[in-house]
Amino acid sequence: MKHLLSAADLSRDDAEQLLTTAAQMHDVQRREVKKLPVLRGRTVVNLFFEDSTRTRSSFEIAGKWLSADVINVSAKGSSVSKGESLRDTVMTVAAMGVDALVIRHHASGAPAQVTDWVDATVVNAGDGTHEHPTQALLDAYTMRTKLGDLAGRRVGIVGDLTHSRVVRSNLILLRTLGAHVTLVAPPTLMPSGIADWAAAEGFSYGYDFDEVLPTLDAVMMLRVQKERMTGGFFPTPREYTVGYGLTRDRLRVLPEHAVICHPGPMNRGLEITADAADEARSLILDQVSAGVAVRMSVLYHLLGGAES
Amino acid sequence: MSDANTYLIKGADLLGAGRQDVLVRDGVVAEVGTPDAQDATVIEADGLIALPGLVDLHAHLREPGREDAETIATGSAAAAAGGFTAVLAMANTSPVTDTAEAAERVLDLGRDYGLVDVQPVGAVTKGLAGEQLAELGLMARSRAAVRVFSDDGRCVHDARLMRRALEYVKAFGGVVSQHAQEPRLADQFACCHEGELSGRLGLPGWPGVAEEVIVARDVMLARHTGSRVHVAHVSTAGSVEVIRWARAQGIAVTAEVTPHHLMLDTSLLTGYDLTFKVNPPLRPTEDITELRKALADGTIDAVATDHAPHARHDKQHAFAEAAFGMLGLEQALQVVNTVMVQPGLLTWAQVADVMSVTPARIAGLDGHGRPIAVGEPANLTLIDPVATVTVDGAASHSLSRNNPWHRLSLTGRVHATLLRGRPTLLNEEIQE
Amino acid sequence: MERPDTAVPRPDAANASGRIVLTEADISRALRRIAHEIIEHNKGVQDLVILGIPTRGEVLAQRIERLLHEIEGTDVPVGSLDVTMYRDDLRSQPTRAVGHTSIPGDGIDDRTVVLVDDVLYSGRTVRAALDALGDLGRPRAVRLAVLVDRGHRELPIRADHVGKNLPTARSERVSVRLAEHDGVEEVRIAASGSEGIR
Repeated sequence: MKHLLSAADLSRDDAEQLLTTAAQMHDVQRREVKKLPVLRGRTVVNLFFEDSTRTRSSFEIAGKWLSADVINVSAKGSSVSKGESLRDTVMTVAAMGVDALVIRHHASGAPAQVTDWVDATVVNAGDGTHEHPTQALLDAYTMRTKLGDLAGRRVGIVGDLTHSRVVRSNLILLRTLGAHVTLVAPPTLMPSGIADWAAAEGFSYGYDFDEVLPTLDAVMMLRVQKERMTGGFFPTPREYTVGYGLTRDRLRVLPEHAVICHPGPMNRGLEITADAADEARSLILDQVSAGVAVRMSVLYHLLGGAES
Repeated sequence: MSDANTYLIKGADLLGAGRQDVLVRDGVVAEVGTPDAQDATVIEADGLIALPGLVDLHAHLREPGREDAETIATGSAAAAAGGFTAVLAMANTSPVTDTAEAAERVLDLGRDYGLVDVQPVGAVTKGLAGEQLAELGLMARSRAAVRVFSDDGRCVHDARLMRRALEYVKAFGGVVSQHAQEPRLADQFACCHEGELSGRLGLPGWPGVAEEVIVARDVMLARHTGSRVHVAHVSTAGSVEVIRWARAQGIAVTAEVTPHHLMLDTSLLTGYDLTFKVNPPLRPTEDITELRKALADGTIDAVATDHAPHARHDKQHAFAEAAFGMLGLEQALQVVNTVMVQPGLLTWAQVADVMSVTPARIAGLDGHGRPIAVGEPANLTLIDPVATVTVDGAASHSLSRNNPWHRLSLTGRVHATLLRGRPTLLNEEIQE
Repeated sequence: MERPDTAVPRPDAANASGRIVLTEADISRALRRIAHEIIEHNKGVQDLVILGIPTRGEVLAQRIERLLHEIEGTDVPVGSLDVTMYRDDLRSQPTRAVGHTSIPGDGIDDRTVVLVDDVLYSGRTVRAALDALGDLGRPRAVRLAVLVDRGHRELPIRADHVGKNLPTARSERVSVRLAEHDGVEEVRIAASGSEGIR
């Protein structure tokens, strides 16, 4: 594996190995000396075309704890308006002798396109409304710490699925790990062609949260951006919460062992009630350190060996 | 000694109806049958099909404004290499072709170069802004005698403005060619057919219905105003249905389909390859099948290339931000041969209709799309119908390289093109 | 992504080649002697920590711990120390799977750490282990116990406790098989081959 562009790049073995290594990396973080010498002399560039302090610092620490030289390059804004093409920007950065580019982009597919232009390893740190594979690895890692093996487990993903990059990666990875996934959203917030997609891949989707709620081992609540309201995706926040929010009533119906995930940032009171948010909150803090471990694992597996 | 103005085309199959020799002298067809002309330059056309010179209703030649992507010269060469003798140059240049002067300039540049008749398309609205009508009448009265008006690249989405345009051009026999895209349903970033693939790739969807509602609205406006409307680059089965219905009602609607919408499907976007980003987007195979049927049964009148060259760097942005469009002039006839003629969906006579006769009639180009008969202007195309060609995008006459057919194998090879009796392409070489 | 080949069990003796240099009984005697040497040198088992280098070193460390307990009657902290990420040959091979590190609760600071591995060869694994230890704390002393020392050192490293010194040619391979891992208990030496070369 040279790049990590999509959760679909990972076989079940790959995913298991990444998660196992992540657990070992997580152990390392409890030590006084957190640095490992594996990527000494390697250069990792965080090339972010869109702000994301959380993801950027997570990759930055991950790289540094593996002894790589990490450089952050911010290239915000449309390349079209700047008059420099994406290719030119990326090739300029790559010309500095970079081993890996960690790319965040507001447009879907940008990291995949970049692999045609540079020799460096490319890690997708979130592209448009497409994928965010390291977030999915982190979510799977967190779920596994609470649920053990995910094979046969039922996971519901609820919220703004159309505009979410997290949903695609999670759907793919969770299914790779043997979990049953159900997507839940109002029809206006479902990904295009969901019926064909679900039929082709064999996962389920629905518009009724209450129907799937009691069967779930884990529920992932995705952020609903306020600006979706002006897009006419749903009439009011109140109506959204009644239909698709993780409310106090729904919290009671959710099986006790079930894990609540939220990739954040949360809209308390919209997609998640304060109580549920507090419950999810503890996981979210867990996730910050696990996030670094997962990204260390990814960087180690992509860069730690001989060039393929 | 052979006379430079006299050519004898030997052994060509005229529109697939039988082999005859054609003598061309002083720009017109002088004799058909078994002419005897000692002074003529002989063009051996054994095994070739002769068609009236092709007419493209829809090309972007980029001059003035983006001469780094294409010029009228290079676009003309690409057209001649593809068997075209007339090309309608879209108005979305910089400056926009929205005045008589701008239209005449395009006309003159084409005539100066002389490889193909370049006929300007006028903008419907000033600056393509969709707010007020451009000087349609002055463009029509100019030396360029503009008859086709289009804001192509953008839709004339304001229903009242569209109604006025349709009414206004009646005075001089004009036609509005509509880029059907309801902007509220498919905005400027919409770039992938809305469906399973756009969902998986996370690309902004361009649903077929955004085209269909405009086609439906426009045929009703055409009925109401008694005007004629032309639908540019029809891409969906739904649009075909609407057009078929409208024709049955006697509404004056014509429509064109591009070579790429006849052959390439939406799955090509899987790897975010920008060569395949085009507007309207590549559609699923079900649509392609219906488009081929509609072209075969006459619901769609014409094949038009929507040749859209782009400088490399404009195709090197993130997918949703890069330029729309692909090349088409050089491969159009090969594609039609491959997907329509070879499978038996169209005869060569029908190819002459959809690629020459009908487009010339829609565009009001009297000297083009004529029969191959004595006294007619000698605008001719010779094609080898069976040659298998692997397209080499790097060998294009276009300045740009966004060729979706690159490395694909197509059937047929354009051998020669004659514009008013003068070869512009001979033995696959451009004749400057 | 490459799969590790080190942890794959090799169950049958049928595909074994070469000759046996240590039998089950030899191994048992050697480990018992090593345990006695450790106690003797340390004057008891106080402040000892036994760390095995995965995978077979880890098994041997646990056996030595059991022997120490048997002899002295007290528990000795035992754990494992994975050295994968400290190896100096990471770049010359596909990415290796990372093994398991577990350090006993009280850590290694001011303790005598006995590193345990199955075969001592170039010394590079031990060098990596010393680096890994450095990141975990500051032991008072580090000692090295190996079942087999086959020579050909490439670094100035020696073992403190050796089960058997085994003169070998570089082209030969030494394979240690332990019951917990391989279903058989023996050390073999064979002419050149790629499997399990140490």
